Amino acid sequence: MSPTETPRKAVLHASASSSAGDGNGPDTKPIARGSLLADRETPFVSTESGQGSVIDSIAEHRRFQAVVHPELAHDLPHVLRVEDFSLYYGAAQALHGVTMAVPQHKVVALIGPSGCGKSTLLRSVNRLNDLIDSVRTTGNMLLNDRPIFDTKTDVISLRKRIGMVFQKSNPFPKSIFENVVYGLRLMGEKRRGVLQEVCERSLRDAALWGEVKDRLHDSALALSGGQQQRLCIARAVATRPEILLMDEPCSALDPIATAKVEELIHSLRGSYTVLIVTHNMQQAARVSDHTAFMYLGRLVEYGPTEAIFRNPRCRDTQDYVTGRFG
Amino acid sequence: MPSPPPSPQNRTPLLASGEPFVWLTGMGLVVGLAMVVVLLGLIVYKGLEAFWPHRVARIELTTSAQEREGAPFLVAMVIESRHKKAPGEGDREELYLQTGNKDFFGSGFRYLDADEVASISYPPDEVVIEQIEYLTIGTLVSLQRPGAAPIEAEAPGFLPALKETLAAARARSAEIEHLEKVRIGDNAARIQALRIERKRLERVAGDAPPDPAAIASIDEQTAELQSAFEGMAAEARALRAEQDASTLTYRIADGREKSIVAGQVVHVTWPNQMGFAGRLGQFFKNMWAFVSENPREANTAGGIFPALFGTFVMTVILSIAVTPFGVIAAIYLREYAKEGLVVRTVRIAINNLAGVPSIVFGVFGLGFFVYGLGGSIDRLFYPDSEGPVFGTGGILWASLTLALMTVPVVIVATEESLAAVSRGVREGSLACGASKWQTIQRVVLPAAGPGIITGMILAMARGAGEVAPLMIVGVVKWAETLPVDTTAPFLHLDRKFMHLGFHIFDLAFQSPDSEAARPMVFASTLLLITLVVTMNLGAIFIRERLRRKYATGAF
Ligand SMILES: Nc1ncnc2c1ncn2[C@@H]1O[C@H](COP(=O)(O)OP(=O)(O)OP(=O)(O)O)[C@@H](O)[C@H]1O
Ligand SMILES: [Mg+2]
Repeated sequence: MSPTETPRKAVLHASASSSAGDGNGPDTKPIARGSLLADRETPFVSTESGQGSVIDSIAEHRRFQAVVHPELAHDLPHVLRVEDFSLYYGAAQALHGVTMAVPQHKVVALIGPSGCGKSTLLRSVNRLNDLIDSVRTTGNMLLNDRPIFDTKTDVISLRKRIGMVFQKSNPFPKSIFENVVYGLRLMGEKRRGVLQEVCERSLRDAALWGEVKDRLHDSALALSGGQQQRLCIARAVATRPEILLMDEPCSALDPIATAKVEELIHSLRGSYTVLIVTHNMQQAARVSDHTAFMYLGRLVEYGPTEAIFRNPRCRDTQDYVTGRFG
Repeated sequence: MPSPPPSPQNRTPLLASGEPFVWLTGMGLVVGLAMVVVLLGLIVYKGLEAFWPHRVARIELTTSAQEREGAPFLVAMVIESRHKKAPGEGDREELYLQTGNKDFFGSGFRYLDADEVASISYPPDEVVIEQIEYLTIGTLVSLQRPGAAPIEAEAPGFLPALKETLAAARARSAEIEHLEKVRIGDNAARIQALRIERKRLERVAGDAPPDPAAIASIDEQTAELQSAFEGMAAEARALRAEQDASTLTYRIADGREKSIVAGQVVHVTWPNQMGFAGRLGQFFKNMWAFVSENPREANTAGGIFPALFGTFVMTVILSIAVTPFGVIAAIYLREYAKEGLVVRTVRIAINNLAGVPSIVFGVFGLGFFVYGLGGSIDRLFYPDSEGPVFGTGGILWASLTLALMTVPVVIVATEESLAAVSRGVREGSLACGASKWQTIQRVVLPAAGPGIITGMILAMARGAGEVAPLMIVGVVKWAETLPVDTTAPFLHLDRKFMHLGFHIFDLAFQSPDSEAARPMVFASTLLLITLVVTMNLGAIFIRERLRRKYATGAF
């Protein structure tokens, strides 16, 4: 597919500099279709610093240096810091020295081709990868300056500080109410009033309250797929987690449900910090403030979403976002 | 012209389309269904037939048969007619007759060649008298009551007088039963308890003489109870004498007469005077009597209530014991144990446990539960008891033995249902900050609930129908008491009990009168199957409610 034909319906934000940090994306004006290449402002980094593509660096046994846009290097209050993090499934290395930081109350999208390690990175944040015996890690991550990979870290209390939404909705075989307050009950909250209040707030946050407020005590499994996914989001935000992880939350949903969930994620910014994996670049453009592009287990480029889509610094990113990949 | 390419409309080869295999699977189903239908059909038909009141036939014999029998006719109920292949004679039809009157004929049943029947009629005044010991067919002659003139059967006041006498006798026998079983039984239990207490005092005192005041109080109480017992025994004797006061005289087909006391009569019916509705009513009455009454006459007559109740209680205890045990084992195996050689070996061992002959479990139960556990319990808690309490077969040990036997079923079913709980749900729970145990407890087990209940259903069905191991760990042919009754502590886990499966075996193979027992075998089998099906339906009902509660919605 040639770039000019690419049917990008995404609303890409006009200027990289104006909206890098303030997260007021929706009111910036969209740019025209097919203008991705035409509007290049700066040349690719590779031509400047001599760093080639990821493939080249692997061929030359060089360590690949990720390009992090300066907007993100500023001393923002970061919720999550990933520091030279590598992960191995047995002998196979799935992540190669990823270093990145997720700023507070922003939505950060992880994009990249299938198998590049997006889910692996995401599931490392709440240490769900611990369930796999063969996993080894090096480097570290810090959640609000507290180490995640540390022998002293209590995984269970760590996970209580993190919310997660999965690709396939996974409501528990319980009532809607019990699903939402599950995390709270785990924390030992028993007061009925508090539980009810949190349930309502979370369901409102997840834009589901109106649809289920009369059937809170019905089985959650009787909801539609899109409602189930929003219920899972409500469950994840119920404990006001420090960071919300989402692994392709819309991939099993139809377009209307997807639109609702996207709208929801969009509305979460400003109050929640979100790290979301998506395969859908329009979606990344619609919902995120910043985007990280990963390839072959490496972080390639990380910057404001507009810049990544409109004006990437790496050729790999350029190829991927224009659909010329592979 | 070039030949056309092979037509794509060629039919798919038969084997490739799989048609024959569909037939094969269909045939498998048909064979299986046929076996089930035939077996169940036979049991249902024969079982229900046992309750159907037969008419009493007066069978006029042919001259040749008259000479042999020495009588012009026979009076009997025709149970069935069947073909008999005798060597060299070809096909012969013969009638299977219930003549009753075992006291006269030595047997209550006989065969008669259909050729020897001249004609059959149904005289309306023939009665069937069901007595405690056997069944009588004949005509009534007279009723003698104490202090009243005998009433002839033809006299107008006969029927009401008979009904009144029989009702009084029935009421009195219920009274006797209550007196003997409940009141005298309680009394005996209290005397026994005092004796044990006395022995305990003596043992505790050791060489020194026991506390004389306590001993005296015990002796005094014992004497009191003893005199109460004598009073009750006298009461019972008086009642029994009253039972023997009225007599009923009847005449059988060959003219011989006999008198029986009213207390012997269970009921009198006039089957030839009943219309279809009357017989249907009698059918249900018989059925109810069968499930609600105690057996009589070496189990070949009367009801089977104690066996039904014993089976039910045993199955309930069995399910209560097997489910938690099986579920816990399955949780460990599936969720915690590291998959490897050991776990695989354990799993194979569990699966093969299902193939061990059930009698082996019985022997194990006898050695481990009865002698081992029961013996220790007796030594620790009942040192002064005269006989073994738990150190002998009883309903608890029988249930536990069967629980052991059926635990593989529950483990396998639970493991399957645990494995079917999706990884997504588990990860979702872990990601919420639940520990592994909390995840299992709050998410995995509810989701696996229906599967676990399926395992319980299978275990129940298997346990309820088992006989062999029970014979050596607590089932008896006749139990005086029920495992659950109104005397404290209400549930008597140490008691021996009756069981339908064993009852069937006993009726079929160990009965003194196998002819009389035959309908009982079918009826008991039907009842056992009904019981198992009912209990399963109960469990299925619970499972469906669970399923509905967590019904999976359509996407
Ligand atoms: N449990 C596992 N054991 C071994 N290797 C794994 C495991 N899970 C993932 N991998 C490997 O790690 C790499 C990264 O996988 P990951 O699931 O993170 O990719 P992804 O970017 O999420 O892909 P997708 O977009 O298809 O979901 C892949 O090469 C994959 O084969
Ligand atoms: Mg993935």
